[in-house]
Amino acid sequence: MLFEDPVFMSRMLTSLTLSFHIFYATVGVGIPLMIMIFQWVGIKKNDVHYMLMARRIAKGFVVTVAVGVVTGTAIGLQLSLLWPNFMKLAGNIIALPLLMEVFAFFFEAIFLGIYLYTWDRFDNQKKHLLLLIPVAIGGAMSATFITMVNSFMNSPSGFELINGEFVNVNPIAAMFTVAMPTKVTHVLATAYMTVAFVLAAIAAFRLLQGANKTYHKKSLTLLMKIGFVFTLATALIGDLSGKYLAEYQPEKLAAAEWHFETTTEAPLNFWGVLDESNEVKYALEIPYALSILAHGDPSSEVIGLDQFTEEVEPPLVIHYFFDTMVTIGVFMLGLSFIYWVATWRKWTFIQQKWFRWLIVSGGPLSFLAIQAGWWMAEVGRQPWILRGIMTVDQAATTSDYVGLMFILFALLYLVLGIGTIVVLTKMFRHNPIEKDLERYSGGKSS
Amino acid sequence: MSLEIIGISVLWLFLFGYVIVGSIDYGAGFFNAYSILTGKQHVVSKIIQRYLSPVWEVTNVFFVFFFVGIVGFFPESAYYFGTILLIPASIAIILLAIRGSYYAFEAYGKKGHRRYAFMYGASGILIPASLSIVLTISEGGFVSMETGNPTLNYSALFTSPLTWSIVVLSIISVLYISAVFLTWYANETGDKKATSLMRKYALIWTIPLIVAASGIIMELRGHNADHFTRILDLWWMFAISFLFWLGTVWLLWKKRNYAMALWLLIGQFAFAFFGYGIAHYPYILYPYVTIYDGFTNDAMAISLIIAFVLGMMLLIPSLYLLLRLFLFDKKYIKGKRE
Ligand code: HDD
Ligand code: HEM
Ligand code: HEM
Repeated sequence: MLFEDPVFMSRMLTSLTLSFHIFYATVGVGIPLMIMIFQWVGIKKNDVHYMLMARRIAKGFVVTVAVGVVTGTAIGLQLSLLWPNFMKLAGNIIALPLLMEVFAFFFEAIFLGIYLYTWDRFDNQKKHLLLLIPVAIGGAMSATFITMVNSFMNSPSGFELINGEFVNVNPIAAMFTVAMPTKVTHVLATAYMTVAFVLAAIAAFRLLQGANKTYHKKSLTLLMKIGFVFTLATALIGDLSGKYLAEYQPEKLAAAEWHFETTTEAPLNFWGVLDESNEVKYALEIPYALSILAHGDPSSEVIGLDQFTEEVEPPLVIHYFFDTMVTIGVFMLGLSFIYWVATWRKWTFIQQKWFRWLIVSGGPLSFLAIQAGWWMAEVGRQPWILRGIMTVDQAATTSDYVGLMFILFALLYLVLGIGTIVVLTKMFRHNPIEKDLERYSGGKSS
Repeated sequence: MSLEIIGISVLWLFLFGYVIVGSIDYGAGFFNAYSILTGKQHVVSKIIQRYLSPVWEVTNVFFVFFFVGIVGFFPESAYYFGTILLIPASIAIILLAIRGSYYAFEAYGKKGHRRYAFMYGASGILIPASLSIVLTISEGGFVSMETGNPTLNYSALFTSPLTWSIVVLSIISVLYISAVFLTWYANETGDKKATSLMRKYALIWTIPLIVAASGIIMELRGHNADHFTRILDLWWMFAISFLFWLGTVWLLWKKRNYAMALWLLIGQFAFAFFGYGIAHYPYILYPYVTIYDGFTNDAMAISLIIAFVLGMMLLIPSLYLLLRLFLFDKKYIKGKRE
């Protein structure tokens, strides 16, 4: 039975923990930058609204950070618990970015502790803002280092493999693999984008409920602009990621695009279904688009799945993950662009209910895109854990109790997830912005 | 010094750091729960809010540093410990999650839930117990290679007196370290009542601590004679540790110089911890993994050490700043600053 298969259950537990951690990690990367922007604008314009936004976001951040730390510790230990053979081999070469990640955590944790508990201990708000810089850098660096590890798994390099052992190891080359530039930048850009849209969604939702107009409108406009910039970056880097795949992991791109035969002038199939004989049906076919995505040239040749044996063919389901991600990316790009143009031209339809609801949907959708992106990247690496070197079957633990642990952790994440939502809603419900405004306006804007 | 020795020394130092800062955190949780029961809650819970909430994440990173470091320097140990520790380590993760979520969910609600505070307190006792199992396992005798893969013999583990004496020692240490720290901290805040309460707790645990520690050394004699003789060779380290212990007890008894008492306590644990560790050399897991055959390649070892030195240069000033703001700022700890 699958439940008793340690390999399968290790995959499930890893997927579960990582998918859950990613929510909090994304928030952990993105929020410090948002608080920084708000606090900075607040100081610049001497506007109590922006200062309050910074302060309120920071308050909620305490909760998500704590859960991020907890789930991060879980995945960190699970790497060794579930994939002992992988860590025994790869530990020889990925230990450096992992150790550097821990230093980034240290750095982030120290300054976050100081920042969060010293709002009123500085007379000069600018000094307090300075504390946030190491937090933002620490979060971004954690993401960078861990994504370097993931890049290594997709395009291992910096060693020679002799008798199943790594020799002539070059830890720096292992960190800067060919997958690294697009992966790291795409992950960072999507984190900032997602957090901007999540906060925008909250603001739009509060406006729909008729809360304090000026406060939320200000924040909404700023956030949609930030979101637009990072979505644009996301799409551009996403395009480069496609080019990386075409060059170095063509089987992943081919599986994601249901591209079975190697051809030139390849069209891109958007959505659709596969019938029994692997014919694509009901898809939106965009001529030349796959060739452009792969090589930037409509007549170029794109490698198809016919070049690979069945054993190393990634699951075809990643097509949907890929399309989910791209659809959401394009949708958010359009939405935030329209919003921007509309504020500039003073079009008023963006203040209507239906448009606000679209913005509200952007928050969960962005998170969905992040999940879809990781599923596409990780499932698309199957059957390999280290591409070309070690498969998932070889890497997994032999312990019989993984299934039991899966249930235990699923319960834990359920409690943590519900807890986060309940505590955050309570926190802001019991302490509405109007109250805060009363408390802090008039005097200093700290 | 060889790279292997540098690597294991750094890791052991960080583990020691975790034992001290972690104990303070865990013990405080227990005393908090206990004082709710006895109606003296305000005493400890204030300290939890003022000192522990800002620094608990840093405490946790000490732990993360240790397990990432050991896998980094000694990848072989990831294979052995990873395979056998699935259940105990998963339980420890879940307990850690309960603590982390207490800081997340509880410190910001207005009134605490009693039940949550009890879970938080209980986890403070159970985490050291479950983590200390690893020390027991590393003594050897509980792991076999029957199927070609390491397997843990649970019934042998849980019926061994060594296991239970290490568990007991870990719990007592947590309570003792924490009580001595809190005595000092409460005294700094000028809270007389809290100081005398914490001093009382600290004194209660002094004798059991020494009894439990000596008990383990006796147990080892039967379980791992090799380790036992090496410990006897290092008798002077344990003797110094014992003298430091006497010093702490005396100062506490006389109600004098709590800062000195705390330093002596740290010295006591440092000598015992390093004495134990040095005697364990060269094994990480008797008799399968030593620091030599389980070691990573030289290129990685050197880059890890360089990264470590650079990291510390960044970290030490930051840690100093953190402690100055939350531990040594007289106005803050007295509650005059919010
Ligand atoms: C908000 C989330 C989000 C959005 C809107 C997009 N992506 Fe993405 N994408 C990710 C979030 C993401 C991610 C979660 O960050 C991934 C997973 C692994 C990685 O490196 O980044 C990712 C991976 C990823 C990969 C696989 C890289 C690999 O496996 O090495 C490709 C080819 C793209 N993306 C391409 C795109 C394109 C063409 C987009 C068009 C707009 C796009 N992404 C939008
Ligand atoms: C194999 C994957 C991963 C491992 C092993 C891992 C490990 C960890 C650990 C151990 C922590 C807690 C650190 C502490 O004690 O302070 C943590 C937190 C964090 N992780 Fe992950 N992580 C992984 C994936 C990711 C990804 C993909 C990202 C970002 C894209 C990320 C970003 C963060 C951030 C920003 C934090 C800080 C907590 C917060 O601010 O919410 N991690 N991670
Ligand atoms: C370093 C050690 C890592 C190991 C051993 C590992 C291994 C795996 C495995 C085996 C799966 C299951 C794939 C499947 O079920 O088809 C998986 C899924 C996943 N991994 Fe990785 N991975 C690692 C690092 C990372 C990193 C650094 C990230 C992201 C930052 C990441 C993100 C994910 C995500 C989001 C999934 C879920 C995909 C799904 O649902 O299948 N992984 N990982």
